[in-house]
Amino acid sequence: MQWETVIGLEIHAQLATQSKIFSGSATTFGAEPNTQASLVDLGMPGTLPVLNAEAVRMACKFGLAIDAEIAERNVFARKNYFYPDLPKGYQTSQMDHPIVGKGYLDITLEDGTTRRIGITRAHLEEDAGKSLHEDFQGMSGIDLNRAGTPLLEIVSEPDIRSAKEAVAYVKAIHALVRYLGICDGNMAEGSLRCDCNVSVRPKGQAEFGTRAEIKNVNSFRFIEKAINHEVQRQIELIEDGGKVVQETRLYDPNKDETRSMRSKEEANDYRYFPCPDLLPVVIEQSFLDEVRASLPELPVEKRERFEREFGLSSYDANVLAASRETADYFEAVQKVCGDAKLAANWVMGELSSLLNKDGLEIDQSPVSAEQLGGMILRIKDNTISGKIAKMVFEAMAAGEGTADEIIEKKGLKQVTDTGAIEKMLDEVLAANAEQVEQYRASDEAKRGKMFGFFVGQAMKASKGKANPAQVNQLLKSKLEG
Amino acid sequence: MHQLTLAEIARALAAKQFSAEELTRSLLTRIGQLDPQLNSFITVTEEQAVAQAKAADARRANGEGGALLGAPIGHKDLFCTQGIRTSCGSRILDNFEAPYDATVVDRLAAAGAVSLGKLNMDEFAMGSANESSYYGAVKNPWDLSRVPGGSSGGSAAAVAARLLPAATGSDTGGSIRQPAALTNLTGLKPTYGRVSRWGMIAYASSLDQGGPIARTAEDCALMLGAMAGFDTKDSTSVDQPLDDYLTALTKPLTGLRVGLPKEYFGEGLDSKIADAVMAAVEELKKLGATVKDISLPNMQHAIPSYYVIAPAEASSNLSRFDGVRFGYRCDNPADLTDLYKRSRAEGFGDEVRRRIMVGTYALSAGYYDAYYLKAQKIRRLIKNDFVSAFEDVDVILGPTTPNLAWKLGEKNNDPVSAYLEDIYTITANLAGIPGISMPAGFIDGLPVGVQLLAPYFQEGRLLNVAHQYQQVTEWHKQAPSGF
Amino acid sequence: MALERSEVEKIAHLARLGLNEDDLPRTTETLNNILGLIDRMQAVDTTGIDPLAHPLETSQRLRADAVTETNQRDAYQAIAPAVEDGLYLVPRVIE
Repeated sequence: MQWETVIGLEIHAQLATQSKIFSGSATTFGAEPNTQASLVDLGMPGTLPVLNAEAVRMACKFGLAIDAEIAERNVFARKNYFYPDLPKGYQTSQMDHPIVGKGYLDITLEDGTTRRIGITRAHLEEDAGKSLHEDFQGMSGIDLNRAGTPLLEIVSEPDIRSAKEAVAYVKAIHALVRYLGICDGNMAEGSLRCDCNVSVRPKGQAEFGTRAEIKNVNSFRFIEKAINHEVQRQIELIEDGGKVVQETRLYDPNKDETRSMRSKEEANDYRYFPCPDLLPVVIEQSFLDEVRASLPELPVEKRERFEREFGLSSYDANVLAASRETADYFEAVQKVCGDAKLAANWVMGELSSLLNKDGLEIDQSPVSAEQLGGMILRIKDNTISGKIAKMVFEAMAAGEGTADEIIEKKGLKQVTDTGAIEKMLDEVLAANAEQVEQYRASDEAKRGKMFGFFVGQAMKASKGKANPAQVNQLLKSKLEG
Repeated sequence: MHQLTLAEIARALAAKQFSAEELTRSLLTRIGQLDPQLNSFITVTEEQAVAQAKAADARRANGEGGALLGAPIGHKDLFCTQGIRTSCGSRILDNFEAPYDATVVDRLAAAGAVSLGKLNMDEFAMGSANESSYYGAVKNPWDLSRVPGGSSGGSAAAVAARLLPAATGSDTGGSIRQPAALTNLTGLKPTYGRVSRWGMIAYASSLDQGGPIARTAEDCALMLGAMAGFDTKDSTSVDQPLDDYLTALTKPLTGLRVGLPKEYFGEGLDSKIADAVMAAVEELKKLGATVKDISLPNMQHAIPSYYVIAPAEASSNLSRFDGVRFGYRCDNPADLTDLYKRSRAEGFGDEVRRRIMVGTYALSAGYYDAYYLKAQKIRRLIKNDFVSAFEDVDVILGPTTPNLAWKLGEKNNDPVSAYLEDIYTITANLAGIPGISMPAGFIDGLPVGVQLLAPYFQEGRLLNVAHQYQQVTEWHKQAPSGF
Repeated sequence: MALERSEVEKIAHLARLGLNEDDLPRTTETLNNILGLIDRMQAVDTTGIDPLAHPLETSQRLRADAVTETNQRDAYQAIAPAVEDGLYLVPRVIE
C-alpha cells in the first residue's frame, strides 16, 4: 500500500508590539510573574478591551506579503472555555471574519524546487497566560503576564506533503515574519508556535484521512521528527486494522513519540459569538496603501534582485536572501568591496562556518560587514592571496582589528615585486638543482606533477606571501629555460 | 433637608444654608434609622462619605461652584468603587473590594458628589423585583409588602424614601425605568454608548447602560451631565459631544409630535394604567404637543429576543467568576473542575444560574442559528420599527410597566411571568435608544409611571419633555408616608 | 424544544455550574418554561434580515501602541483567594 501524507500547519506568531492587544501592559519576555498583568489582562469585573493599532498594522503587513485578501471588515469573536490561564473564561479571537483571507507562500525545497503552499487565513487573537506545575503543594501556579499578548494565527491549507516540506514552510514563515519585523520568531521563547495537523491516505484517494493534531512543537527539528513519527504511527495503526482518532497529541522529544493529551479529550463547544465589547474593525484602502508603502523588500523580491543586479546564481541568492539580516550583511560587504561573487562566497563559506561553529546569529558576528568587505578589497588589489586571507579572517574573528591593521602587524602583504620573486625563485631552483634537471628531462605529463613541488618550495621560501599567479608564471618560464 | 431635590440642595449649599458635611451626616442618620425597613443599602460608607463631604466643603470654600459639589448620592452596587465592596448583589463578590473606580464613579466624584454607599440590586442585574439579591429583598417604600422593581431596586427605594436625593442605576432591559415607575421616581436610560461602561460590572454588554434615578427630570439632567461622555477605556463609548441637558429642559413643547404605539394598548395592560397614560397625553397636548397613532409591529417579539441575547452575553461575561483571582472560592476544592463548579454553584443565586444556562444553551453548537442569530435578526427588526416611527414623531409615549408593583414573593416561582413585565422597556435596550420613566399618577396608592422614548442621542429631548410635564403636574412631588 | 435531563447536565458542565441532583427536575422544568418563551421567535419571518450585534453601527477605534500600565501586582493580588510567589494558585492542572 502506497501512502500519502497530508499536513496542514497552524502557526501562532506573537506580534512584536510594545503593548498587549487589548490593554496597555508591556509585552517584554521574562518579567516576574504577574507584574505585567493589568486589570484588563486579569479579567477584573467591569474591565473592557481597546484594540492596539499596531497589531492591526502588523497583521495587514503579513496579509499583503502573502498576497492575501484583506477583509474590509473583520470581527472579534469570543471562544468560550474554562482554563486557569484564561482569566475571562473566554479568549478573544476571530472566527467568521478574520482580518486576513486566502493567500500563499512559495517555499524552496532542499533539491531547489519550489512549491506553492496555500494559506487559508490569518487572524488576530489574544494569548493566554502560563501554568507552572512545579510543586506548590499539589497546586499549579498561574502567571498571567502573557495573557493578552497579540497573536497572529496563520493557518495553512492542507497542501503540505512531507515533514521536510513542513519544515521548509515553517522556516519560510519564520523568515517572513522576521523580515516584516512583526515577530522575532524566537521558538525557544514561544514567539512562534506550531501545531501540526497530520493525516495519511492511500495514494490516489481524494478524501482526506482522519487527522490528529500535534500541539506546540517548538523547533524545526522537532517538527520534522514529530511529523515523521506521527505518520508512521498512523500508517501502522491503519495497517493493523485500527482507525485514526481525531485528537490532540503532544510531541515528547525525549522519547521521540507523540502521545494523546488526556485532559483535552472532551469535545469542547466553544460557543463562538461576536464579542459585544468590541466593534467591527474597518480597514480603509488608504490604511492598506500606507501599510503597503511601509513594507520592506520581501524575500522573493530580494532573491530576484540579487540574481539580476549581482549576477548571483539562484542557489546563492536563495541562501543569502533567507534572512533579512544575512541579506543586509551581504549587501553591506558588497558595497564596501564591489565584488558580489567574492562577497557571496565569503559570507556563505568562511563566515557561515564560523557562526555555526560558535552558535552565533549573523547579527552577533565578530567580523563586521565592513571588516569583511575591507579584507576582500585587499584580495582584489592583490595585497593578499586567498590563502592568506583565511588567516586574516581568523585574526579578525579573534578581535585583532581590521584587515589592514592585521596585514600590517603580521607582515602578511603579498610579495608582488617581480624582482624579489625572481630572486627567491632563483634561490629555490638553485637549492633543488637535481629536481630541475629531472623536470627538464621529463615529458609534459610528468612535468605537470613535478611543478607542484617547486610551487610548494617557493611558497615555503616566501612564507606564503609570494603572489601565486606570479610565482606560477615566473617559475614556468624559468624551468623551461 | 431630606426632602430637597439635587437642584434645591445645590442652591442651598451655594447660599450656605448648611454644609455638605451637615447634610451628609443628617442623611447617614436617616439611613441608619429607616433603611432596615427597606434594605436598600448593601454597604453604607459612613467614613468615606463624611470625608468626601468635608472635601466638597473645602472646595466650595476655595471658590469652586458646580451643581453637584457636595451632593449626596449612592451607587448601584455594580459600579466598581475602589477599596469598597462591590458585590453586584451576589455572594460570589461579597468579599470583592474593587481595585479601581468606575468611570461613572470617578466623574461624579470629580464633580464633587458625595457617595453615601452601595445600593442593593438584583443579583448581577438580572431581575425586575430586587428579590434575587444575596443581601435580601428590597421593599417598596410605598408599600413595604411589595417589590420596588429591579434590578436597580435599592437605588429606587433609597431615593423614593428620601434617604438620598439621587442615585446611579443601570438599565439592561428596564432596570432603571421600571423601578422608577414602581416607586414614583424619574429614571433615565441614556442612548447606548452615551455613558461609559468602564467599571460597570457587565451583565449584557450590548444592552447595558448606566443612568440616573432621582425625583425630578432636572435632577436627572444634573446627574447625566456629570456621568455621560466619551471614555477611551470603553470601545463602545461614543465620541459625541454632550448636550447641555440643563438648558434643554426649558424649551417649550409647542410642536412636539408624540407617537402612541397601538401595540402598547393590548390586553395584558392594566386598564387603569392605560388611563394614566391617556391623562399624561392630555397634559402634553395642553403644553402644545400633537399626538399621533403609530405602529411598532415587532414589539411582541422583543421579549424572546431579549431573553436570548442578554443571557447569552451574560453567560460569557460571568465566566470570569471562577474563584481563581478574586471573589468567592469554595472550601477544599478536590480538583480544578470542582473549584469551578462549586465556587460558581455556591456563589451564584438561582436566577443567575438559570440565565447562564439559557445563555450557554443558546450559543451552543447546533442552536446558535436558531437562537442567538435569530434573536439578533429580530433585534434589527425592532430597531427598524423605531427608525421608521421617528420619521413621523419626536417622542414615543406609553406605559413603563403593564402592572403595578406586585407583592413580594408573588412571582418567585415563575420567572417567565416576571420576564413579561419588561414588555415596554426592553425594546429601547435592544435598539439602543434612550428612554425615561416619569411619575404619572397613583392607583390604589401605588405609583404609576409613563415612559418616553426618543431617537439616538436625544436624552435632552426626553429630559425636556419630562421637565415641562413636571412643571404642570405634582405626582413627582409626592413622598411615601412614613418616609 | 424541551430539554432532557442529560442535556441540562451537559449545559451545566459547559458553564461549570455544579448541579444538585435534587434540584435537577425543577431546574429542567424552569429552563423548559423559559425555552418555551424564547421558542416564540421561530414564528417570526426574518428572511433577508441581517443580525444586529451592536445597536450603534460604528466601527472599532484603534489605540496607539504604547505601554501605559505599571506593575500593580501587590494591589491586585491583595484580593486573591490563593497566591504564592506572585502566582495564582489553583488545584493542579493536568496536561
